[in-house]
Order: sequence, then structure tokens, then C-alpha cells
Amino acid sequence: MIEINKISKSFDNHKIIEDISATFDKGKTNLIIGQSGSGKTVLMKCLLGLHEVDNGDILYDGKKFNKDEISEVSDLRKQMGMVFQGSALFDSMSVLDNIIFPLRMFSNMSQSKMIEKAREVIHRVDLKDVDNKFPSEISGGMKKRVAIARAIVLNPKYLFCDEPNSGLDPKTAIIIDKLIQEITVEYDITTIINTHDMNSVMEIGDKIIFLVEGKKIWEGNNEEILNTDDKLINDFVYSSELFKKVKLSQKK
Amino acid sequence: MRFFFHIGRYFLMIRYTFSKFTKWSVLKKLIFQEIEDLILGSIGIVAFMSFLIGGVVAIQTALAIENPLLPGNLIGFATRQSVILEFAPTLISIIMAGKVGSFITSSIGTMRVTEQIDALEVMGINSFNYLIFPKIISLLLYPFLITLAMFLGILGGYIASVYAGFSTSFDFIQGIQLDFKVFHIIYTYIKTILFAFVLATIPSYHGFFMKGGALEVGKASNISFVWTSSVIIIINFIVTQLLLA
Repeated sequence: MIEINKISKSFDNHKIIEDISATFDKGKTNLIIGQSGSGKTVLMKCLLGLHEVDNGDILYDGKKFNKDEISEVSDLRKQMGMVFQGSALFDSMSVLDNIIFPLRMFSNMSQSKMIEKAREVIHRVDLKDVDNKFPSEISGGMKKRVAIARAIVLNPKYLFCDEPNSGLDPKTAIIIDKLIQEITVEYDITTIINTHDMNSVMEIGDKIIFLVEGKKIWEGNNEEILNTDDKLINDFVYSSELFKKVKLSQKK
Repeated sequence: MRFFFHIGRYFLMIRYTFSKFTKWSVLKKLIFQEIEDLILGSIGIVAFMSFLIGGVVAIQTALAIENPLLPGNLIGFATRQSVILEFAPTLISIIMAGKVGSFITSSIGTMRVTEQIDALEVMGINSFNYLIFPKIISLLLYPFLITLAMFLGILGGYIASVYAGFSTSFDFIQGIQLDFKVFHIIYTYIKTILFAFVLATIPSYHGFFMKGGALEVGKASNISFVWTSSVIIIINFIVTQLLLA
């Protein structure tokens, strides 16, 4: 479980996120939603320690995340997995080497054990015949799967995904969302996903927090979001014609 | 003020580069990879440029000394001094700032743009040490390239002056042996080591702290070349003033 208490972050005296408090539950897919520029990525980077917060606390399983304690941060980061928006696979490494990379850095496994473990997660994310391919030789959906495999290979306690289905076709996007949700339950990890994709919200939104201009204005789940009266939420959710039609059909 | 900000951040980068070391088994592979990319991959251009530069220096010296009273070994002497003291270490380093420097800036810059550096940091890896330290270590072999440049520069001068009829083989060889000072070689290697450090770190700085997209990677490589070559010229001046003046 990850808790944040009144965290704020500014760049050049411009507040990007302000007094955000929330709890992200273990074994659930926790979504941070909001329009582009609402502060989702900055909030995630603060959680990861890539940005230092101006004020407020971040607690991982009740333990305060102190960026000044380098050894603590280092230990904590070994328990984190991250799926970046652009996958962030290492161009110079094959798919297998990308997945083995965290094992090579942080485990004392033999080469054969590392390959065995990597093949296990490759199988888990439903990839086939890609071991020796390079990131430039595989599709966007496959890159996301490789990124997920790399993120879970060390059995992390926390998984962060920054817009994991951006740039994917709707079918692949749903498959990736489902894969993340399954892995979250299977590995019992705290997963936080940044998204503005309403399909993701509906499919995997166990817990949702909604940001507007750096402030949290709503919290709930994927059922509650459809029935809320909050105008800002409704403007966001029903900006899609498809969801307007769904709502109208529900009313009828 | 902006200038001092960059100076400060550059030295902080150097400090972080030498802290929280990456696992040795991983680092070893990275160092060998960098030796291949930065040193072995540069042998061709260094050999080509230094051979021709040596030839040009010899021809120009020969054309400038038409006075028959001047000794015949002067061409060999002047070629040796020019190549060893200046052309091999400094000019080749400026060429390397273009070749190796741009490669370092664009490769690290691309990693920054595509969030690969963020991925390293999220994993708890010291990205400064992981990316920059192997480059510094591999460039410790840079004096090997400059030795090659010195040898080929003088050989180019020999071939150009002897086969074009500006000097005899005996005079040229006598010239390159004339008044030889070992300290000049030491001076050249001191410069070379300093240039190697600059070649590894300034392009890394520009790649590491760049912001933006693909276009900015190109701009960063450009700025990196300007700064690297400028710093090489400044260090060259200071070291020459301190050691030879």
C-alpha cells in the first residue's frame, strides 16, 4: 500500500500538483486520471522519487520515503517496477537482455537461472519468439509486454504504469490493461496507472483518483464514476460520444 | 549566472559518476563495449587524418624554407615538433570531439528522450556511474590513439617530403632525431589524458541534461562539440603555458 499526504510540487513557482492525499491499495489497480497537463505524470514521478516533493509525505507500506537516505531509496527502488509511456526499452539490448537486465543488476543468479526466470515472465506476458529481437524490430504492443515483463521480473511490490496503452489500437489496449490487472492480483502488488483512457477506467479501475489542474477533486471506483453528479468528472467521462450513448441507454 | 550553474552541475555530475558503483560484472562489459565504440572505432579516422596532416606539415615546411643555407634536416625536425607537440594531441582531439563527442551526446541524449535514463533511475541504478564511468575508463586508452597519430603523422611527413623530392631519407630521419626531448612526449601525454577526460565528460553532460525531442538531440550534439573543442583549446593553452613556457 502506498499513502500520500498533502504532497505538492512546483516548477519555477508554478504549482503543478497541490495538497494531494490518497491511498493506493495493494492487489488493486489504482488509476490516476485527468486531462493532459493535469499533473498525473508529475505525481507519478514524485511517487517514484524522480521529482522531490515541496511538501507532504509519501509512505510505502507505512514507511516514509526519504529521498536523502540513498540506501533506503535504493532498496525501495528494487521493489518497484515501472512501465513507461514509450516503453523505455534499452535499444542496444535484445528483448531477452532487456528483461534479464534487472536480474543481472540486483540478483546473484547464474546466467542459466536468469534466462529461465526471464523466459517465465516472457511466457506470462504472452510473448513468443522474440528473445533475440531488438526493440526496434517489434510492434508497440509487444514493446509494452516486454516493458511489463521487465517490470515484474524482480517480483516487485509496487508497479507503476504511465499511460500503458497509449499509441495502441483499442483491442491491444484492452489486452494490455487486462494483463496488468491480472498481474496485479496474481503477484499481489500495488499498481498505480496514469491514464486518460476511459476504456481503461471502465475495465480495470478498482480505485480511481481524478485530478484537475493539479488538485484531486474526486475518488471512487469504475462503477461510482458513471453515477457521480460531479460536473468536472462528467465533462471528462462523457467527452466521448460512446460513453454519452452508454449513459443514455442506461437511463432508458 | 547560467554559466556558473552549468559549471556547478558539471562537477556534481563528475562526483555522482564516481559514487554508488554499478556491479563490476556489468561495468566490465560496458567498458569493453565503450573501448570498441570510442577507441577501436576511431582508429581509421585518426590514422587517415594524421597521415595526411603529417604530409601537409612536411610539404608546407619544405616550401617555406627555400634558403639553401638552412640545413636539410630542418623538414624532419619541424614535422616531428609540429606533429608531436600540437597536431597529434590537439588537432586529433578536436576531430575526436566531433566524432566521439557527438556520438556520446546523441546516444545519451536519445536515452534521455526515450526515458531509458529514467528507467535506470527507477530501477535504483546510478545512471551517472552506469553511463559515464565506462566512457572515462575506456578513454584512458586515448593516449594509444595519439601515439598512433604521432607515428603516422611523422611517417606521412617522411613519405611526402622524400617522395616529392623535398628532402632525402637520411636528412629527414636525422631531423626527427635532432634535439629530441623526452619531456615533450611527457607534455603531450599529460595533455592527452586531460583531453580524454574532457572528451568523455563534456559530451556526456550535454546528453544527460538535454531536454526536448529528436531535434534537441541534434542541437545538444552541436553545442557539445563547440564546448568540448573550446575547452580542449583552453586546456591546451594553460598546459602549454605551465609546462613549456
